[in-house]
Amino acid sequence: MFEHFEHKADIGIRGKGSTIEHAFEEAAKALTQIMASVECVEPKKAHTFEVKATDRGALLVSFLNELLFLKDTKKMLYSKFRTKITSHKNSSGEETFVLKATVFGEKIDSKKHSLKVDPKAATYSELLVEKKGNEWIAQCIIDV
Amino acid sequence: MEIKKLKNYVYELDKTGLMNIAPRIYANDEIISTLREEEKNKNSSLKQLENVSTLPGLVGAVCLADVHPGYGAPIGTTTASDLNEGVITFAATGFDINCGIHSLIVPLTSKEIQSKKKELAEQLFKDVPAGVGIGGKLELNKSEMDNVLEKGAAYAVTKGFGKKKDLEFMEENGCIKGADPKSVSDKAKERAVDQIGTLGSGNHYCEVQEIEKIFDCAAAKAFGLDAGETFVSIHCGSRALGHQIGNDYLPILDSAVKKYKINIPERALVCAPIESEEGQKYFSAIKAGTNAAFANRFVIGTLVKRTFAKIFGINENSIKTFYDIGHNTAKIEKHFCAGEKQDLLIQRKGSTRGFGPNNLDVPLLYRKLGQPVIVGGSMGTNSFILKGTDKAMKETFGSTIHGAGRSMSRTQALTGQSGEDLLKDLAAKGILVKARSVKGLSEEAPSAYKDILGVVEVMHKAGISTKVAKLKPIICIKG
Repeated sequence: MFEHFEHKADIGIRGKGSTIEHAFEEAAKALTQIMASVECVEPKKAHTFEVKATDRGALLVSFLNELLFLKDTKKMLYSKFRTKITSHKNSSGEETFVLKATVFGEKIDSKKHSLKVDPKAATYSELLVEKKGNEWIAQCIIDV
Repeated sequence: MEIKKLKNYVYELDKTGLMNIAPRIYANDEIISTLREEEKNKNSSLKQLENVSTLPGLVGAVCLADVHPGYGAPIGTTTASDLNEGVITFAATGFDINCGIHSLIVPLTSKEIQSKKKELAEQLFKDVPAGVGIGGKLELNKSEMDNVLEKGAAYAVTKGFGKKKDLEFMEENGCIKGADPKSVSDKAKERAVDQIGTLGSGNHYCEVQEIEKIFDCAAAKAFGLDAGETFVSIHCGSRALGHQIGNDYLPILDSAVKKYKINIPERALVCAPIESEEGQKYFSAIKAGTNAAFANRFVIGTLVKRTFAKIFGINENSIKTFYDIGHNTAKIEKHFCAGEKQDLLIQRKGSTRGFGPNNLDVPLLYRKLGQPVIVGGSMGTNSFILKGTDKAMKETFGSTIHGAGRSMSRTQALTGQSGEDLLKDLAAKGILVKARSVKGLSEEAPSAYKDILGVVEVMHKAGISTKVAKLKPIICIKG
């Protein structure tokens, strides 16, 4: 499931799921929901990409910001997400997290999508990716 | 957190724990009470100010009366850092690099505007690109984009937008020197390819205003402002270029914090030593983003001039560029510190430069009076023109407010009036709003913002930026 949470100037987004990937995918829906109703965005066309980061929090921010990059360059909104997160350590023990994503959506259509606001970026503010009990939570503040 | 009242309108947070300085807040008792109330929340302005004050090499920090929580640093903050010991901090300038206001004086009375108000609003709505996914009239190749990053508004002039003489009426003459296009990624340039000359959305707008009241006749005369005449404010920034610069540099600064062993109280305050390779590259990228924003607003300003010329049959050159200010910036400026003037890194996040009289950075025409400061209200409220003072140079690193500041979160505002009801209410007050997103309007309702008059009065009475004129909204174009 996804939700928004309070912030004075901006908007908090939160995704929850049984796996970390599911939590990231729900967070991505929460990001789309800032711009338009997720249900109104049809998953007609797919784009794939990969992002890397040194930790899960930075990985979430990179993933969400890549969706905003595609929004501006491909003029697309996305409503369905398939992600796979892996990690590996180098010889010095430094860990790198890798997220491979296939994201599904359609071209921005102001008549169909009842557009709301254009987010600027995902931030490191209130950034959290953790497992609580059986549930993964992925959240951060989105600068609008 | 202990807050001391130093004198009317000036408060100071006690220096405790890991804080390097005692930051100041320009406010009144009511604003301080609001800040105290906020402390119940995790990310309060006071907590963020306390955190900012722990940054290494910081020599001063001041929050202005429109202060509210941001990410990492409160919005409405100016920080000053030593160039050798200090850090350049992402949150102290933010994603929307050089978000600001470009303004025009139009030689038409409000009566003349009213006679063609609907026509003007519809034409502006057509001519000013705004909203999610909306591209502009300019599509730049890589070399043209590099020119924008290096030359700012001056590049727009070479492409037939505006006149060279208008550049003097912009902070930094519309171009901050030292921007290296190589410090900006190809990804950022690709993202911004059709965004120069676009408004964006959210709290960005193009507003036609009536100069409703003059407070300072001498300043108004020097500034060329007459009561009853028309003013235009264009509020936007560096658009996706600034956002992508932020995306690109967040991980670099995150690594720099570990590399240089900088102790930061929260991750949102990622930074790098100013003199480090990472710090210098990031500063250069901010300069590039600053120039893109100058070019962006300058192009929109020209589009607006052409719209007025089309609707009213006036010469577009009769419309004067009044001034352009930024309120998310990073610059080297000379200010007093420990009794002597020195170069400091000044970062402003939701705060505006407001230099005092006789400063060489202020256009000659305005120099005796001080730098104009345009403070934007919300859709349904007044905006103000202020001027900078000597007191600001001594007390706030030449800085002042940028707007009213939010009093309500976006999610809270959505539970209030619907966008449609807001449009009707504003129309009843004589304010015609044309918005690409009616749904997004309720987040920007006047009730979601502090009382702008209260905030302006604090800065006026504190002697930091004094009132010159009050502006009344007539038409508002939003994304």
